Formats: sequence, C-alpha cells, structure tokens
Amino acid sequence: MSDLLTSYAPILIFLAIAIGLGIVLILAAVVLAVQNPDPEKLSAYECGFNAFDDARMKFDVRFYLVSILFIIFDLEIAFLFPWAVAFPTLSDVAFWSMMVFLGVLTVGFAYEWKKGALEWE
Amino acid sequence: MIGADLSILIPEIVLAVFAMAAMLAAVYTSKDAVAPALTWGTALIFVVMAFYIAVTGEGVRVGFNGGFVDDGFARFAKITILLSAAAILIVGIEFMQKSDLLRFEYPILVTLSVIGMMVMVSSGDLIVLYVGLELQSLALYVIASLRRDSVRSTEAGLKYFILGALSSGLLLYGASLVYGFAGTTQFAGIIETATAGEMPVGLLIGLVFLISGLAFKVSAAPFHMWTPDVYEGAPTPVTALLATAPKVAAVALFARVVHDAFGGAVGEWQQVVALLAVLSMFLGSIAAIGQTDIKRLMAYSSIGHMGFALMGLAAGTEQGVEAMLIYIAIYVTMNIGTFSFILSMEKDGRHVTDISALSSFASREGGKALALLVLMFSLAGVPPLVGFFGKYAVLFAAVEAGMAWLAIAGVIASVIGAYYYLRIVYLMYFGEDREGLDGRMGLVTYAGLMAMAALIALAWLPGLNLLGLEGMAAAAAQTLVR
Amino acid sequence: MTIADFTFYLFAAVMVIAGLLTVTARNPVHSVLWLILAFLSGAGLFVLVGAEFVAMLLIIVYVGAVAVLFLFVVMMLDIDFAELKAEMAKYMPLAGLIGVVLLMQLALAFGPWTFADGIEGRLANPTPALDQAHNTQALGLILYDRYFLAFQVSGLILLVAMIGAIVLTLRHRADVKRQDIVAQMMRDPKKALELKDVKPGQGL
Repeated sequence: MSDLLTSYAPILIFLAIAIGLGIVLILAAVVLAVQNPDPEKLSAYECGFNAFDDARMKFDVRFYLVSILFIIFDLEIAFLFPWAVAFPTLSDVAFWSMMVFLGVLTVGFAYEWKKGALEWE
Repeated sequence: MIGADLSILIPEIVLAVFAMAAMLAAVYTSKDAVAPALTWGTALIFVVMAFYIAVTGEGVRVGFNGGFVDDGFARFAKITILLSAAAILIVGIEFMQKSDLLRFEYPILVTLSVIGMMVMVSSGDLIVLYVGLELQSLALYVIASLRRDSVRSTEAGLKYFILGALSSGLLLYGASLVYGFAGTTQFAGIIETATAGEMPVGLLIGLVFLISGLAFKVSAAPFHMWTPDVYEGAPTPVTALLATAPKVAAVALFARVVHDAFGGAVGEWQQVVALLAVLSMFLGSIAAIGQTDIKRLMAYSSIGHMGFALMGLAAGTEQGVEAMLIYIAIYVTMNIGTFSFILSMEKDGRHVTDISALSSFASREGGKALALLVLMFSLAGVPPLVGFFGKYAVLFAAVEAGMAWLAIAGVIASVIGAYYYLRIVYLMYFGEDREGLDGRMGLVTYAGLMAMAALIALAWLPGLNLLGLEGMAAAAAQTLVR
Repeated sequence: MTIADFTFYLFAAVMVIAGLLTVTARNPVHSVLWLILAFLSGAGLFVLVGAEFVAMLLIIVYVGAVAVLFLFVVMMLDIDFAELKAEMAKYMPLAGLIGVVLLMQLALAFGPWTFADGIEGRLANPTPALDQAHNTQALGLILYDRYFLAFQVSGLILLVAMIGAIVLTLRHRADVKRQDIVAQMMRDPKKALELKDVKPGQGL
C-alpha cells in the first residue's frame, strides 16, 4: 500500500471507532433501557401544548443570499489552496494569474459591499 | 509567451475590464440612474470590439497551449455575436425603462455573457469550452429572471437554469468520456485519436453525449423543451437576446467541436446531426401552428431555424459550414427586426404578445406592417428576400454532400412553416377590424425594425450581393474545415 | 482482499445506497442528509485513488457549503413534498427506463475499455509520481499558468454568480431603521438638545 493511503489509516480507524461506538450506544439503549411505552409519553411535546403545525416554515431569502456568498468565497479559497501549496515553485505567470483572479473577486466584493448585501438590516 | 497569448485575447480582456469598471463606477455613483447611459456605452463597446476584430484579425493564432483559437471562423462568429448583442441592447432600452427593469447590472451581465460566448467560439480545449459555456449560460439565467416579482419570469429563469444544468451535465459526462479515451482535452489531440485507426466505442459515446449537451444549448429537437416557456416568460428584450447572440455562439461552438475535435470522423456524427436537424425543422414548423403568443411562436420558429442551420452542419463539408454561417447571420438579422417590432407591441399602454392583437394592423400603420411583412416573408424563406438565400445555401450544401433526403425534408418543413408566418401577415392585412395595437413606437425600436427590414428586402440586389456575407462566410468556413 | 480493496467496496456500496436513499427519502431534509453521506463516501473514494485535494474539496465545498445551501433551500420552499412525490411516481417508469439506458451505455463504454492507439504521446498532463510531488502541488503547478484562461474565466463565473445572487434576491426594505455609524458619531449634542429654563409655576 502506498504512503498516501497509510497516512490516512488513522482516519479510517477513527471512522470505524466512531461508527462502531454510535451503533453500540444506540443498541445499548434499545437492549438495556426499560421500555414501557404509553400514548401520552409518545405524543408530541411542545411546552405542554399539542404541536400547532408543521415545524418547517419559510425562511427569509436573505439566509440564502448569505450562504451563496459564502459558497463563492469558499470556492475562491479552494482555488487558493493549491496555489499556496505550490508557491515556492510557481512561475511568475502563475503568481500574477492568482492576483488577477483575486482582483476580479475583489471587484465583486466591493460591489456586494456597496450594494448592502452584507448588511442584516 | 504569455504576452503573445494575451494579445490574442485583447477583445475579451477589454470587455471584462469594461464590465468590472462599469460595475464599480455605477455602484459607487448613482446606481440605476446611470443604467441607460451604461447600456448605450456597452453597445458602443461591442461595436468597437467587432470592428477591432474585423480589422486586426488575421490568419490563425493559437494561444494558451491550444486552449484558445483565433481563426477566421471564430472572428466571423464573434463579430456576429457582438453586433447582434449590441443591436438587441439598444432596441431593448426603451422597453426596459418603461417596465422599470433597466438596472445597471443588466448591461454588465450581458457583457459577461458575451465574453462567455466569445470564449466558447474560440475554444480549442474541452475545459475552455465548458467554462465559456457556463459563463455565458449563468449570466443568461440571471437576466431571464430579471423581473423577479413576476412568476412567469422567475419560472422562465428556473426552467432555463435547471435544464441548462442538465445539459451541462450531459456535456460534462461526454467530455469526461472523451478525455478518458483520448487522454487529452485538447481538440488537436482528440482529432488525432479520432482519426488514428478505428474510433474507440467510448469516444463515440462521449461524442454523442457532447452533441446532446450542445443540442440543448442550440435548442434543437428533441432537446428543445425549455425554449417556448423560457421565451414566453422572460422579459421581451431578454427573449430577443436569447434568440440571437447565444444561438450564434452555440451553433458556432457545435461546428467547432464536430469539426475541430472530430473532423476526421465525419461519418460518426453526421447522422446524429442530420437527425437533430430533421426533428427540429419539423417540430419548429408543426408545433408553431397552434400558438397564440408571438413570443412562443418565435421560440418554435427559432427551433425550426436551428434545424436548418444544423442541416448545413450535417453536410459535413466546408460548403456546409459556410451555408450554416450564412444562414445564422441572416437568421439573426431577421430576428433583431422581428423582436424590435414585438418590443413595441402595446395596447392601452401595456405590453401585449397575443397574435390576435395584430388584427388589421396594416390599415392603421401601413409602414410598420410592411416592414413586418418583409420580415415574415423572409423568415418563411420566400424568394427573393434574403431569408431565401440562407435556406438555399443550406439546402444546396446538403444536396452537394449527397444528403438529398435531408434537403427534401427541409423543403417540406419550410413549406409547412410558411403557414404560420403567413398567418401573421394575413391577420395584419385581412384580419377583422377591431381595437388593436396602439402603434406607437420609440424612435430607436422603429429604426431597428426599419433598418433590418430594409436590409432583408434589399441586400439580395445584385449590386449589394448580400453585403459580401457569402465571401466572409466562405473565408471563415475555410479555416475551420481542413 | 487488502484493506484498501475492502474500504473501496465499503465506500462504493455506501455511496450507491446513500444516492438511492437521497432520491427515495420521504422527508427532503433526510434527502439532504443522505446526500451528505454520499459526498463523504465520494471523498473516501477519491482518497483511495490518490486524489487527496479533490477529496478535501468535496468535504469543504460540497458538504460544508453546498449541502448547507440545499438545506436552506429545502426549508425555504414551503412545498408539500408528498404531493410532489405522488406526481413523480407517475413518471417513474419512464425515468427508470432512461436510467437503465444510461447505465447500459456506461457499461457499453467501459466494457470494451480500449484506449486509442498512441495515447501515451498525447496525454495532456500526466501526474508526476507521488513521491515527487503530491496531488495538491501537482495541481498547483499546472492550474495557474497552463490553464490560465480557464482559471480566469472561472473567476468571471464566480463574479457572475455573485452579481446574480444579489440581483435576484437582495431587496431593501424601506421600513427598517438601519444603523448609520457616521451619523451617530457626528451627532452633536448642541443640535440635538435644547435646554429650556422653565420658571417655577409658569410651565412651558
């Protein structure tokens, strides 16, 4: 097995333990706990009232705007990462290429700022 | 090296810098108040760039490691795209202002979309093709739903987006198969693979998926479903834009992919393209008959016209590509004129798109009705108007390439399609007399309609010779098909 | 079967099952959660083929951001999903057919997996051996100059996405009082306050 995969072995072990532990805990609750169901115990509980309606409701569209702006900058970071890793060996073109890229997004950022998209009135 | 590469890219760079500078200038000053001036400025820049490309373009230049090709074909497509986008921007201003849609982002998004189109038609690499296509489409999705308070407009944007994403998925899937079997994304490498010995099955399947994705973008049947709804729902100036510049870009890209990347294997894709052409021509002609909304009608009309353009491509020859370019340039001219008219269709101060509103229009506005008559006759392909020459060119190319059946199908479809164009003319001249359109028209839209109608009516005259279109298209086709 | 093989089958099976459940789950929020599981297994598969960077990208961008956006959208749309599902069931046979056709095509493409002749000479960018440069670095070495154009156009695409999101969703409410920091700081008590000397018994 290559070095790359062996370096991921701890994560695999961690995953196995996490999943195993999760299953064990759930099963333990099923097997060990005293179960004595009753309609009142199982009914929905909301501050003593019956639930009025569906818990899902319309969100303000502004949440969406924030998250999509987040994704855009997240992607920008994704582009920055290989650039940073390869930085010592990069050519001049590659360096300035990233500067232009960042410049374009800065223009977008300035627009966004001035438009007031970052404000939460 | 990078300096030489960038010099090929000057028009795109100028447009990108302009878009960003304009956006910052507008947002830091009076925002939407500068939108009309900005739209005019954008149109002006487009025209200047078109001239720049026409004057400075020479020979074939390849840059960015084969990713970007500047040849006669790309220049022809770019000039058509820039001029048609500029014309649509200008004739649309009045409408946008009146319906309170003219935000300063509109010309900027159009500019960015046009950059995408220019990258598309110049692409020499599947990756560049894809990013160009996405830039073009993404900006168009946004402006299709520009009227965000209208359910129809948002529906149009959403439908366009979802089906566009689906088609991008098909295209990417095809591209990944092509890459998997050919080992490279560059057209120059793919064509070597495709012509060296027998073509691997995987490459063929990849090609078919690529074509399906592209057919979505040119709205060729059976991938046309989004077109009528999007055309109907989007604000009319945006519909006009959708029907012109992106179509040129998509058709040109189609031609570039099949010729640049798969040029040696014409037999492999010819049948697929011919099938798309036949289906589009018939669907465009037959489905348009029952339409009552003129924007939907134009959508089906554009599907039919794309079928004819693809017929030229299906011929698989240099002559075919030349015919396709002639056809698409004429199609764009006719559409700019027709949409100038549709933009001004108003009844009691409100925009209407119902065809019955045209009833007896000629008795009140003889000049405009005559202009529309010329455009409709030309769209139907009635000789001697310019539209006829486009149809003639593609039919001739198909026959020359030994696809007489395709040409016959084209003639039949064209005859069926003539019905609904003539129906509009009939309504205008012989429809029952009743309250119809206001007939008021802004100066710019009027100029657009009249100029295009005059061009269509007169450019075939022997002295004008289609304004040299044939020669330019021939030179362009020559650089693509080698 | 080595551990690597075992993990491959594990991740692949989980991914297929999670994908199926994404489509069939009754509750759309559960669908998104299954989708996240599918992304995570996909990331595992990418690690197995040595594409570390893509794997991490899948986790950061897709699980971290896109899935969150999906959740927002699912919650934002107040739609009766049961009804939609019933509508969808009508088209299930056709959709299934298309799915089967696509699968067959995939099999057709991968069955006779033959590369074209002389493909080695045309390979665009063979990855360097892992001990020379690792995945992320190899990507960094070509992404910014060899694929300069595609990279810059991606930047423009992100710009369009930004403009588009703002154009389509941002609206300013007129009835909201916003904080204006400059106005607050420049506020002058002399202009805002007026002292009146009220004499006892006279009133204002």
